[in-house]
Amino acid sequence: MIAFIVRRLVGAVALLLVISAVTFLIFFGLPRLAGTSSDTLAARFAGKSPTPETITAIKERFGFDDPLVVQYGHFLHDLVLGGTYDTGTDKIHCAAPCLGYSFRTNQNVTDMLLDRLPITFSLVIGAAVIWLLVGVSIGVLSALKRGSLFDRAAMMVALAGVSLPIYFTGLLSLAFVVHGWGLLPPVNYSSFLSNPFSWAGALILPWVTLAFLYAAMYARLTRAGMLETMSEDYIRTARAKGLPERTVITKHALRASLTPLLTIFGLDFGLLFGGAVLTEKTFSLKGLGSLALDGVIGSDLPVVLGTVLTTAVFVVVANLVVDILYGVVDPRVRFS
Amino acid sequence: MTAPMEVSGSEAEAQPEAVLAGVEANKIQGRSLGQIAWLRLKRDKVALGGGVVVVLLILMAIFAPWITKLLGHPPNEFHQDLIDPTLGGPLKPWGGANGDYLFGLEPGNGRDLFSRIVYGARVSLLVGFLATLVSVLIGTIFGVMAGYFGGWVDWIIARLMDVFLAFPLLMFAIAIVGVLPDKLAGLEGNGLRMAILIFIIGFFGWPYIGRIVRGQTISLREREFVDAARSLGARSPYILFRELLPNLVAPILVYATLLIPTNILFEASLSFLGVGISPPTPAWGSMLTDAIRTYQIAPYFVVIPGLAIFVTVMAFNLFGDGLRDALDPRSNR
Repeated sequence: MIAFIVRRLVGAVALLLVISAVTFLIFFGLPRLAGTSSDTLAARFAGKSPTPETITAIKERFGFDDPLVVQYGHFLHDLVLGGTYDTGTDKIHCAAPCLGYSFRTNQNVTDMLLDRLPITFSLVIGAAVIWLLVGVSIGVLSALKRGSLFDRAAMMVALAGVSLPIYFTGLLSLAFVVHGWGLLPPVNYSSFLSNPFSWAGALILPWVTLAFLYAAMYARLTRAGMLETMSEDYIRTARAKGLPERTVITKHALRASLTPLLTIFGLDFGLLFGGAVLTEKTFSLKGLGSLALDGVIGSDLPVVLGTVLTTAVFVVVANLVVDILYGVVDPRVRFS
Repeated sequence: MTAPMEVSGSEAEAQPEAVLAGVEANKIQGRSLGQIAWLRLKRDKVALGGGVVVVLLILMAIFAPWITKLLGHPPNEFHQDLIDPTLGGPLKPWGGANGDYLFGLEPGNGRDLFSRIVYGARVSLLVGFLATLVSVLIGTIFGVMAGYFGGWVDWIIARLMDVFLAFPLLMFAIAIVGVLPDKLAGLEGNGLRMAILIFIIGFFGWPYIGRIVRGQTISLREREFVDAARSLGARSPYILFRELLPNLVAPILVYATLLIPTNILFEASLSFLGVGISPPTPAWGSMLTDAIRTYQIAPYFVVIPGLAIFVTVMAFNLFGDGLRDALDPRSNR
């Protein structure tokens, strides 16, 4: 078991290195290929109307005239050991894990990310609970009552659900539930610690909207998985040896069909943690996703780079956890 | 069916016999796999409905200039005389919709919503189709290579697919579109944006096709007809192109059809976030962004482009699901 975990950990670190290298290449290598000079590149990192000193400072700080490998080495060094940023007027220390310094907002990127993290976390955890409960149970019921009116109706709604963009359902629900009928308060995030009720009250609409999309997806997946396992030989065996139908479904069929779902859940969960961009923009929530979007629109490269990498970390960690859980649940995985 | 089964009178025999009887009653008739699939698809009315809508949408996109000439006004023509100067909304109710302006007028400038929707189909479908084409090309090449050659080639490609699937795709796409220059390879403006969108969406979608193709190739590789070709002295390229690829067309077609709606949603999402197609070119995603300004008092302007996206994506999904059921009888439904 320990060897298995170590192997997966090494794989995860390697994956992160690859992703960070690719991300780095795209942000620093592509512009160079397209013929952008190091001055222009430095200007993209600088705030509004930068002084020539700032530009030179940034250029030197990032070593835009160095080979890409050296630049990447600097980046990794800062990430692991921290670094110092010279804004031209004063020096700022950036402690590890240092993802860079935003010259636009004059803030440490890591701090900016940590600021936004609770909002995205609250949004995704609440939605995930709803979509897992609703999606999986509808999927199982649909599979068990295959061909029934319930099944067909549920699958029609699920197909509609995956075809509806979240910003459409989100804006409509805001327009009607909040502004039209006044059933719910406007979405104003407040910390869970200060008042759990207003926290939940403000987030319930984003939760339900986000969960609807994923519940639809998970219902379809669960149903397909259940139908497949229900036609396996071992289910027939379980029935033949006289197990009650309830046990056959919960212990034999459901367990087997839920394991592939776990993988997908790990991916989705990790991806959303890194910023549910669309949901956040729709509900004007200031999470990681909207930070990245602001970074792109204001061309604040360090912020963009930081959020992309953070998302990658979440995805990889979520996958790692799922992989290890898999190893616990299913011994075959450990030894392959 | 071999001898022992015919001798024993067990229940297991009933099924093959019944099938045989059915075939005889219908007069034995040769049917290709394609014909069988078409017969199944014809019976699936929901999928056919989706297919019809898809065809109509494609026609709408192709003939957009003629349609708007006939039924509307140019998509970028302002009609400020019909807009309430103080509130910014159309003077008449229902977004100013009437026989002249079928879907009403956009708040602010008073552009014809109907023709913007019709023209918006062009962006959505073009990006959706071409991005899928890119995914299919890359996915098929890598998938076949991984499945056919196996060994370290397979290992590398499989890991590569893992990396791509673990990538924060949307975030990444937003970031790339943000840093790319305004001019590249002789393209600029929305032409360049469109090319970039197609490339990025297609490039990141290939593992979905690649995984399917790889799995299919692995199972086909061990089949007798491939062995036969190999023992007759066929080389790898012949086996790949003449023996394997024709058998991969069906699954590729199915998953390409199901990838198109995903890509359409992707493009709409990017345009919604303001990093896709930029105004004044009409795109459904950016029409929704414009509607944010007024949605609290006038949700109507959210509904129109939202429904356009929904109907298109749903139609492709229905048709794709039906196509899968028709071409792959093992899949459950």
